Parts: sequence; C-alpha cells; structure tokens
Amino acid sequence: MGNKQTTFTDEQLEAFQDCTFFTRKEILRLHGRYRELAPHLVPLDYTNNPDIRVPLTLITSMPELKENPFRDRIVETFSEDGQGNLSFNDFVDMFSALCETSPRELKTIYAFKIYDFNRDNFICKVDLEKMLNKLTKGELTPEEVTLVCDKAVEEADLDGDSKLSFADFENMVSKAPDFLSSGST
Amino acid sequence: MKCFFHFSEPSGPDVTHQHLNIITSLSEVIQTIPGERGPSAGYGPHSGITCAVPEPVDQHLSRAGHMQLSSCSSDSGSDSDEEESMSEGEMARLMEEVEEKKKLIATIRNKPWRMKRRLTHLREAQEFVDKFEGALGKGKGRKWYAYKVMMTKKWIKFQRDFENFRTACIPWERKIKDVESHFGSSVASYFIFLRWMYGMNLVLFGFTFGLVVIPEVLMGLPYGSIPRKTVPRAEQPTAQDYSVLTDFNGFCKYSVLFYGYYNDQRTIGLLKFRLPLSYLMVGIGSFGYSLMVVIRTMAKNADVGGGDGDEGEFTFAWKMFTSWDYLIGNAETADNKYASITTSFKESIVDEQENQKDENIHLRRFLRVLANVMILCSLGGSGYLIYFVVKRSQEFANRDDLSWYEKNELELIMSLLGLVCPPLFETIAELEDYHPRIALKWQLGRIFALFLGNLYTFLFALFDEVNNKLVEEQSIKNASIWAMKEYYANFTRLSNDSEATPPPMDPSDVIRGPCWETAVGIEFVKLTVSDIQVTYLTILIGDFARAVIVRFLNYCWCWDLEAGFPSYGEFDISGNVLGLVFNQGMIWMGAFYAPGLVGINVLRLLSSMYYQCWAVMATNVPHERVFKASKSNNFYMGLLLLILFLSLLPVVYTIMTLPPSYDCGPFSGRAKMFDVIMETIDLDLPAFMGTLFSYAANPGLIIPAVLLMVLAIYYLNSVSEAYQNSNMELKKKMQMARDEEKNRRNNTDSTNQVMKDLEDLLPNRSLAPPAPPPEPGQ
Repeated sequence: MGNKQTTFTDEQLEAFQDCTFFTRKEILRLHGRYRELAPHLVPLDYTNNPDIRVPLTLITSMPELKENPFRDRIVETFSEDGQGNLSFNDFVDMFSALCETSPRELKTIYAFKIYDFNRDNFICKVDLEKMLNKLTKGELTPEEVTLVCDKAVEEADLDGDSKLSFADFENMVSKAPDFLSSGST
Repeated sequence: MKCFFHFSEPSGPDVTHQHLNIITSLSEVIQTIPGERGPSAGYGPHSGITCAVPEPVDQHLSRAGHMQLSSCSSDSGSDSDEEESMSEGEMARLMEEVEEKKKLIATIRNKPWRMKRRLTHLREAQEFVDKFEGALGKGKGRKWYAYKVMMTKKWIKFQRDFENFRTACIPWERKIKDVESHFGSSVASYFIFLRWMYGMNLVLFGFTFGLVVIPEVLMGLPYGSIPRKTVPRAEQPTAQDYSVLTDFNGFCKYSVLFYGYYNDQRTIGLLKFRLPLSYLMVGIGSFGYSLMVVIRTMAKNADVGGGDGDEGEFTFAWKMFTSWDYLIGNAETADNKYASITTSFKESIVDEQENQKDENIHLRRFLRVLANVMILCSLGGSGYLIYFVVKRSQEFANRDDLSWYEKNELELIMSLLGLVCPPLFETIAELEDYHPRIALKWQLGRIFALFLGNLYTFLFALFDEVNNKLVEEQSIKNASIWAMKEYYANFTRLSNDSEATPPPMDPSDVIRGPCWETAVGIEFVKLTVSDIQVTYLTILIGDFARAVIVRFLNYCWCWDLEAGFPSYGEFDISGNVLGLVFNQGMIWMGAFYAPGLVGINVLRLLSSMYYQCWAVMATNVPHERVFKASKSNNFYMGLLLLILFLSLLPVVYTIMTLPPSYDCGPFSGRAKMFDVIMETIDLDLPAFMGTLFSYAANPGLIIPAVLLMVLAIYYLNSVSEAYQNSNMELKKKMQMARDEEKNRRNNTDSTNQVMKDLEDLLPNRSLAPPAPPPEPGQ
C-alpha cells in the first residue's frame, strides 16, 4: 500500500489525486516543499485540514518561481484572498494547473488571469505595458513600449474594443507554436 | 458500500420534511432488498438525517419518493413490486444523473475552479454516486450490478496505483529537470529525446538477446565445435591480441556478436527452438517495432501542436505572451532570456518601423545560387572521398603491415567529415542572408543531406566488397572440398587401416569462406565504436578542455576570454540530435548482421546520458539567442522515420536477393535467406496452412489487394480534403460573426461557461479605474 505517512488520510490523498494532475507521491512531495517554506507555520499533520496560509514573499522565493517576472501575479491569481497568501489547497492547485499534464485550455484560462494585472477581466493597454516592462526589465523606451502594446492589441483584438477579452486571447494563443512547451512547470 | 452522511441540524422546516420523505422512502427501498435487512449506517425513518444531495435530483427523488410512499409497506418481503413501482423514466433519469456525476468526477481536475470548490463538489458527487448506485440495481441483475460497480472501482484504483508506479519508474527525471531549469526547454528536449531512444533500444535489445543470442549460447553448440565457431589455425597466435580485438577480429569475430557464429540447425536443444526462423523474425520485427513506436510518438506530438497560424499573424502578441520560458530557474539563464527577449522586440520594432530595404535582388539571388553550388560541391566532394577511402580499405584488407591510421582510416574520415562540414556550411550560408529560422532549416537540411550521402556512399562501397566476396566464395568452396578430400586421402594412407572412419577434420583447419555478412557486421560495429569515441573526445576537448582553459588562463591573458573568443561553449542541440538520429540509422542497418550491436548501442546511450548531462551542466552556458525551430519535435521524429525507411532498404534488399554464405550464419546452405520461412511453413505448420499461404501468394489475389489499398488511400485522401474544406468554411463563418460583433462594440454578459468561471476566480475586487461616463452624442 506504500509508505505509512501521517500527513494526509487516504481519503484526502484520493481526493487530491482526483482533483489535480498529480500522483500520490507527488502530492506528498509538494507538501514537503510547502512545509519547507515555513516550517514553523505549516504543521506536519494535515488530516484535519488546518487553515494555514503561507505569505506571498515566501512562495515567490521558491526556485521554480524566483526568476519568473510574473511570479507575483501567478501567486495572486491562485490565492483565495487575492493578496497572494496560499493555503495548501491553493498551492497544489497552482502547481497542478501549471504542470506538464494539465491541458492547454486550462493553462490558457489561467494565463489570461495572470496577465490581467488590474483584474477587470480584460487585458487592456495598461496591463500590456506593465507586462512588457516586466519582460524587458525596463530596457525599452516609452515610445517603443507604446508601439509594441498597440501592435499587440491590433493583432489580437477581434471585437474592436481595443482591449483583449478572453475570446481574443484564446484565439491568439491557440495558434501560437510555443505556448504549451514553454508554459509548463 | 461506504456512505457519507452528515448528521446535522435540519436547515428549515419544509426542506427537512422533504428530505425526510426522501430518506424514508429510499431507506425502505434499501431495507427491503433481500439480504440487506436491518438498519445500517443509521438509517431509520425518524432520525434527523440530511444528506448533501444536489438540488435538481431532489425533485426526481421526491417524485420517486412520493410514488414510493403510496405503495410501500415498511418491511415487506415482496421487493420486486416496490422496485418496479419506481417507474422506468425515473430510473433512467436517476441513472443519467449518476452518469453525469461520474463524468464530473473524472473531469473535475480540468475545471478552472478553486481547490475548495473542487473538493466540495467532488465529495458531493462521490456521495451521490455511492448512495444511489446501489439503489439502481433492480431485480435479478441487482447483485451483478453491484458486483460490476465494485469491480469498476477496484479497476480504477488499480489503474491509479499503476500510473503512480509507472511515473516513479521513469529514469533521470530529476536530472533532466535540472538541465531544463538552467538551460531552458529546448536543451532539455534533447535529453528527453535521448531517454526515449534509450527506451526503444532497450526493447530492441531485449528482443535480440532473448530470442537470438541467449538460445544460441544456452542451447547451441559451444565454441570450438564447428568450423564457423572456431578461430582458424592461421589466426590463432594473434587472436587474443588487444589490437586485433579492438578491430573486432580474432576472438571477437567468432563470437555471438556477429552473424557468422550462428549455426544453421533447424531446431536446437530440448525445446526445439527454431533459431534461423527466430533470427529472421527478430530482424524484421525490430524494424516493425521501431516503425510502430516512431509513428505513435509522431501522432502524439501532432496532437499537441496547435493549429497552423501564419508566420506573421500575431508577431507582437506572441512575443509578449509566449516568449517567457516558465521552466527557467537559474538567474544567469533568466538574465540571458531577458536580454534575448529585449533584442527580439527591438528587432521586430525596427522591422515594423522602417520600409523594406532597397536591396539588390539580383545580387542576393546570385549569392544564394553561388552558396548552393559551393555546398553541392562540398557534398559531392565528401561523397567521393568516402568512396575512395572505402576502396583503399579493401586494398588494405589484403595487406598485413598496416599502421594504426591505415587500419582506421575509413572511420576517421567519416567522423571528421561529420565534424568539419557543418561549420563549413554555416559559414557559406552567411552569403545567403536568410531569416535565422529559415537559415536554421536550410542548415539542418544540408547536414542531413551530408550524413545521408556519406552513409549511402559507404553502403554502396560496402556492397561492392560484398559482391567481390561472393565471387571469391565460389573458388574457396571448391578449394575447401578439395582440401577435405586430400585430408581423408592422407588419413587413409597414413593409418594403414582402410576400415576405420576418419575423424572429422579439426575445425580450425577447415578452409573458411569469406563470410560477407560478418564482414559487413564488423564494418558497422567499427563505425559505431569510432563514432562514439569521436563524440566523447569532442565533448572532452571541445567543451571541457575549452572551459578549463578559458577559466584558468583568463587570469593571465590580454583580453577577456570569457566574454570574447573563445568563451564557453553552447550546447549544439541540432547537431547532437542529428548525430543521435544517424547513429540510430546505423544501428538499424547493422543489427541484422551483428546482433551484439544493439547491446553496444544501449551501453552507449546509457553512458551518453550521464556524460552529456555532466558536460552540459559543468562546461556549457545557456544560449544567448534562444531560437527554437517551431514544432521541432515532429521535425526530428520525421527525420527518424525517414532514416528508418532508408535503413530498412539495404537490409531487405540483402535478405531478398543476395545468397547467404555457404558456411557461416543461420541461413548457410540455403539459396536465399527467406527460404527458412518456406521451410517452416512446409515442415512445421499443418498442411492446410501451407496451401493457404500458397493461395495467398497467388498474384491473382495480391494484385486486387494492392488495388484495394490504393483505392482506400484515395478515398481517405478525398475525405480529409473534404474535412479541410469544411474547416475553412467554419473558420470563415467564425470570422464573419466576429466582424459583426466588432461593429456592435458591445461586450457584456457572455453566456460562455468559461466566462462564468472566470468571474468566479475574481476576488470581487476590480482594480481598474471606473469607466468614464459616455459622452453625449457618441
């Protein structure tokens, strides 16, 4: 039946396996990583579902996220309170959505949420400018930034409201050759 | 059956009452099923039990319940009446609900919900399914239904455990992830390809060893018993020399590694194992298995790749949204990636801003033609060089006083060509001035042509040799028969006893035929081994020594070695992948003549994995410009498929047309190699199968079959064209609908389920500034 572990009950593990793309071993490993971030905060025993949240700064110090320019947005998107404090459920959810076996459609939905900086359900020019500055670390001049954002909206916007709705985003990304292979963890 | 029931306070008078009705009726249904009497899990008409039953089902159940109440009696023995009173429609609807819940459970991980919501829904769905699945079984089929349900659950659990086990078995996952986080996903894709190759070769090795080598070793005649298994008298003094062994002569030549060792006895050992048949089948089966595996992987990759968009359709949008590699975990790589993204944006901006350069089209065309001519010349030159060297090596084979260089000239030249020509092509390609992605494709195509040309020239030269050997064989056959007669004549003369039968001639004294198959096998093995040596040496010198020099000499050198020339090496993905593909082609070609070659390849791939992983991490730096050829996974698989076909051809040709050697190998003595199949059909299979096969081989049957296949291909082709057309129509319709919406400029309240899910993910706080009030008259 596997190693005897006391972190989760068998039912919890089965439920996690149903709700995520992870195997049992991977879920236990994830819990280990989660605990590593804040050992004094996160208990070893999760059988009674303690309501513990690890703050944003600790999560973004993980090596997988440390170098990502969008790490704050990623963590905020998956947090329930919108501030980036992740419970273990949110933590597992985040990695499940980003993992290799999760489907393209799911990743597209979350990518849209991540890139929507002001959370108005559209990717508008303001969002794009913030994105571009994060991607190029401020190396482009303001005129260049404006030009790129205008061109991007012009290319992808289908309904003419000069911002990208989810349908526009999905249409554009579904044709991209590199989206899936570089967007997975 | 487990049932999860909450014992909680009733939520409201009416609801409770309704729920109680439901529970009452259902519990009575369950209680009156024979064999399940008595309260279980706290059933009972009077306890305040509520259960988490989703709303829409309640109505069905209440209807069922009311009908139930009217006709039920608490402890009746006649179960069939009560079950039938739940009408067919209700049962069908209930079954539908259960199926829906099951589908929800299976797809719940694909929904973009918060984890808590998922867990709640999962639990509800599971409770519902558990509870009502039992109630659905009716009449005689009930026990069988319950059993079926239990077996399905066990099967799902078993599948899950097996998947867990299987993922745990995949080797080198950590190592590859490490490389991925340092160098990005394109470098890691090489290692994933290497691992896949290793798996395939391991299976081929299993086939060859298990079905050919081990039976011969265990059940066949031992070394030294028959001529083909013994080192000839003339070679015996030197047979153990290291230099002879590294050339795969001496003891190596007369071992299981090569074709010539195997005996042609039809059945061997107690089990009557048919070795010649097995040898042929394994040879052909290896190709069949490789083909199946490559095509299956190609099909899987083709699913993943998205639709075809025009190259320039979404340039800026793609650069913004898809350029970051989420797998990067290393600061240096991340810095490189930032720089590369910035450069790429600047390039696109410049492209966008300025008009087309006034270029001299004629000059450009001339330069491109010139470049192609030069490359064709070098390709022709390398082909001729190889032919020349192979001819020379045939002459060398007759001499004995060879220097090390002369002995290994062929392999050295081939490996050197493989090393020198690609950079040469790259330099010539500078003349052409293509977009980098197109230039990369040209480069890959040219390297491919180079390797292919080399391989086939080598093969043709080899075949010349084979033909020579076949001619030689005839004269040697006569010579050996003559020698045998002489031996017996001498024996009777010397022994003075004409009645005794002479012992058979000592195996090492028998005159041997040239055994062209073993010679071909030896050539392939030598080529593979030298290829391995050259690859490893290149990494050692080109990467490791270079890194050591740059690191340590930097302290006392005039210019900055790390930033300028030569700096650290970058990992050459395409070169390495092509090398791997061609190596596999050689293995496929040579495995029929040298069964040990597959084993050598397995060892090579295994050591390659560790060696190259170490070399990449220790001596390489991440690429400055990350340039993946799009959809490159299927490109390399396509190459592999092409190489597979090309390596199949020579082997099939030799099996079908060339006669096997008369005194070595499992097919010796037969007119053609595939005669062994005919023999098996005649002798081993029942008579009717023989007649069946002879009917099947009738041209009158084969020609219609071929025609049928051609028709099927034509039909499938036209069907796929029809699908493509309807695809285009649908796309046009979608585009038109979007254009209409563009005119309307009204975007609120979509009924799309996805949009609703997105709403749920919002934390009820929008950070957008409020929209400005619409101006009058707009």
